[in-house]
Amino acid sequence: MTAPDPKIDAERLATLPRIPRDEGGPVFAEPWQAQAFALAVKLSEAGYFTWKEWTSALAHDLKAAADRGEPDDGSRYYDRWLATLERLVAAKGLTDPAAMLERKEAWADAYRHTPHGTPVELRPRE
Amino acid sequence: MEERRKTTTGSDQHDHDHQAVPSDLALRVKAIESLLVEKGLVDRAALDAIVDAYETKIGPRNGARVVARAWVDPAYKKRLLTDATAAIAELGYSGGQGEDMIVLENTPKVHNLIVCTLCSCYPWPVLGLPPVWYKSAPYRSRAVIDPRGVLREFGLELSEETEIHVWDSTAELRYMVLPERPAGTQHMSEQELAGLVTRDSMVGVAKVTAAKSGAAP
Repeated sequence: MTAPDPKIDAERLATLPRIPRDEGGPVFAEPWQAQAFALAVKLSEAGYFTWKEWTSALAHDLKAAADRGEPDDGSRYYDRWLATLERLVAAKGLTDPAAMLERKEAWADAYRHTPHGTPVELRPRE
Repeated sequence: MEERRKTTTGSDQHDHDHQAVPSDLALRVKAIESLLVEKGLVDRAALDAIVDAYETKIGPRNGARVVARAWVDPAYKKRLLTDATAAIAELGYSGGQGEDMIVLENTPKVHNLIVCTLCSCYPWPVLGLPPVWYKSAPYRSRAVIDPRGVLREFGLELSEETEIHVWDSTAELRYMVLPERPAGTQHMSEQELAGLVTRDSMVGVAKVTAAKSGAAP
């Protein structure tokens, strides 16, 4: 618990950024955000990392991004969430960065070569 | 495929022959997901179930039911304020990451506000997923430094006599605010009362008002 500090000067307060508001709209802006969210929850439930590990890794990445001067208005929150997920699954040996990169390219390739209206499947590797 | 590459209607025709490639972020998620599913580390159906639950089933409505029960049932309220995790589980809401819940009661003298300064710890089982502003740096930092100013930005002007307590959530401990029951609601049923309770009131950035303005739950 934190008690409010009565000695904060008005000038400093004026420089604080405003808070982005919502209308109680969707919590996930895009489907991939929900998928990234579910992956972290499920991997933690399965015991690959504790939730405490997850939150401290995420907090670390959020802070690093803020220190780099990246916008931190909440709009890129799941970008960081995904970066943390990639970092943690690699650190835990569940997969590795090279495999993730290769798989990402394979998906992009699959989209480029699947005719419209057909489900996108990964093509068998040669 | 080559026969389909018509050039008669311009260069963008080719784009319609295949599917739009998702964003880099979306592809990265697909990559992790497909790798881990393939290895049997996660189950795709279980992932879909989580997404579905958080998007449609869980949400501030769970918390609203907890609040309404506490308003009409003093014994429940007492249990809620002493062992929130168990009292919330009585209504069938539990899960999340095994964290403990603490419910903070707002009174005319004390107003509680919850935040997670480090990331976005939030009482998912009762409130669903956090709104964008809860995850934003301005809220995370300002809620602690200038809670009165933050509340004003949300349109909530508290009297100078009201103490504001700010509670910083962690991975192990999540908070929910029990807002004050608005005056003039004595005649209302528990269900009607639950309809008045908003997400923002359970985060502590708003009060519950008797005349509910706007959207259905």
